[in-house]
Amino acid sequence: MHTFLKASAAAALLAATAACASRPPPANDTPVTPPPVQDTVTETETVRTEPVQQSSIKPGSLEDFRVNVGERVYFDLDQYRLDSDDQEILKRQAAWLNAYPNVRVLVAGNADERGTREYNLALGERRASAAKDYLVSLGVSASRIDTVSYGKERPIAAGSNEESWAMNRNAWTQIISGATS
Amino acid sequence: MLKRLMPLLAVIMLALGLAAPASAQLQVRVDEGNFKPTPIAIPDFQVTGTNTQLARQIADVVRADLASTGLFDMQNPASFIQRDLSINAEPRFADWKIIRTDALVVGAFEELPDGKLAVSFRLWDVYGGELMRINGEPGRRLTTTPENWRRIAHKIADSIYTRLTGEDPYFDTRIVYIAETGPKTERVKRLAIMDSDGANQQYLTSGRSTVLTPRFSPSAQEITYMSYEGGRPRVYLFNIETGRQELLGNFPGMTFAPRFGTDGQSVLLSQAQRGNTDIYIMNLRTRESRRLTDHPAIDTSPSMSPDGQSIVFNSDRGGTPQLYIMNTDGSPRACPSGGRDTACRITFGRGRYSTPVWSPRGDLIAFTKQEGGKFYIGVIGIDGKGERLLSESYLDEGPDWSPNGRVIVFFRENRPGAGPQLWSVDLSGRNERRVMTQTDASDPAWSPVLQ
Repeated sequence: MHTFLKASAAAALLAATAACASRPPPANDTPVTPPPVQDTVTETETVRTEPVQQSSIKPGSLEDFRVNVGERVYFDLDQYRLDSDDQEILKRQAAWLNAYPNVRVLVAGNADERGTREYNLALGERRASAAKDYLVSLGVSASRIDTVSYGKERPIAAGSNEESWAMNRNAWTQIISGATS
Repeated sequence: MLKRLMPLLAVIMLALGLAAPASAQLQVRVDEGNFKPTPIAIPDFQVTGTNTQLARQIADVVRADLASTGLFDMQNPASFIQRDLSINAEPRFADWKIIRTDALVVGAFEELPDGKLAVSFRLWDVYGGELMRINGEPGRRLTTTPENWRRIAHKIADSIYTRLTGEDPYFDTRIVYIAETGPKTERVKRLAIMDSDGANQQYLTSGRSTVLTPRFSPSAQEITYMSYEGGRPRVYLFNIETGRQELLGNFPGMTFAPRFGTDGQSVLLSQAQRGNTDIYIMNLRTRESRRLTDHPAIDTSPSMSPDGQSIVFNSDRGGTPQLYIMNTDGSPRACPSGGRDTACRITFGRGRYSTPVWSPRGDLIAFTKQEGGKFYIGVIGIDGKGERLLSESYLDEGPDWSPNGRVIVFFRENRPGAGPQLWSVDLSGRNERRVMTQTDASDPAWSPVLQ
């Protein structure tokens, strides 16, 4: 994983008590739904015994996958190799997918804007396939995993800087169907 | 041809790296540093009928086309002395020498009884004091319906340009591109088309599906492009006349980076499957496809040579994206760097090279180069020699050639975060110009000259 992302992930851990290592870096990212605001003393005390974010998330739900497992792995510049951090996230994804066998996913491969369109489409496909192959090697049926490449066309971070580019070099596992609602 | 027009031709010859033919007319030596645009006067046309406004608009488009080349110095009508020009009479050359113009265009506009319009013109060599014949004729007369008036103007400009420079025409053409709107993270991308000068902009798709990389067929009737229709990125054909879209082929993986073969009977494209991208050619009549590369690296962005014998493409088989040339039939070829191989690498400079496009003249390949945080548009000989960079910015990408191989159109993001715009640059590296579009725009592709 890119050094920047490691730092970001660490910062995220410190900042958000309920976040785990799989949570993507915070800048410009889709925020986890904040806990409901509690305004009476009694309710606040109840909440204190159990983290709100944990209690509001149903096992097997989209939220469960996003918050407790982690949707994305990030790549170094021009690379599609999965490092040990990426493998950790994909192992959690595979375990989760094996626990919820009706879930189907789409793995989208993405690239940063510092490359040409057509090459980046190919690079995104490589990244999506690398993530899929790893999930399959951990026992997830290949028929449950589709892949697509968006090249540099669908950045998640809009900035034009190293931080955003690192965010945009990813393979993003998205649940298509079968999650608990 | 007249002496003072010689520098123009000489510069073009130099830019192309051609040896000047052994002709007395071409002995004028001009290096690019001394380049001076050739003065030309194009007065408003004589009008038969009432529509003086349309006549003036046609003359304006002719002037704008020629001025856009950077090769001509358009003379100010306020300076003209002779005001009684007639298409059927010799101009008073002395009057035009005083204002130091080299070339003079005299035109006449007529409204015809059937509602059509006609424009006639002649081209005069002021210093030589003689008529410049066009295709052996003393002048040209073009007729069309009033809606098509811009095409008459482009055809006149093409005739003048071709007669004075010796180059093939390119004004009466269209450009297809991707019109982009919306925030960066939710961009809407539509297929759009316009005249080469930016007039008559039209959208061809709704924007519901992201579309990318359109390219014209050699007949200018069809476009091949990539669309995410139905969520699956695949190559399609689009018929401009009927508006009909058609999925191309039945490939299991993602297909992208399409480009027509030289004869228009085939489409080159990439298919990515299980993490590997290779190049295929599809015969449009039989709909059979043939795999052209079989390598674990990324092979993409194929472009065929004008003679159909070779294909230049982008591959990272050497570790970084670089340009390679292969024979269309897959046989080994003699590589410029020595030895024989099925694919010869032609770029060895620093940086990453991609999006190669073979020049319609056959001798050069245009590319995008990325080095040191900048992007460049450049050209290189097919033997890998003579690399020249023509443009530079935060992001310059996706060159395509004018049909005469003199001008390159590409897209540019001027600074980080800026939306893409279309630009053009002359093969000499001079005359970088914005091509105006209504929205942000990318992936321009130039049509052949219209019929």
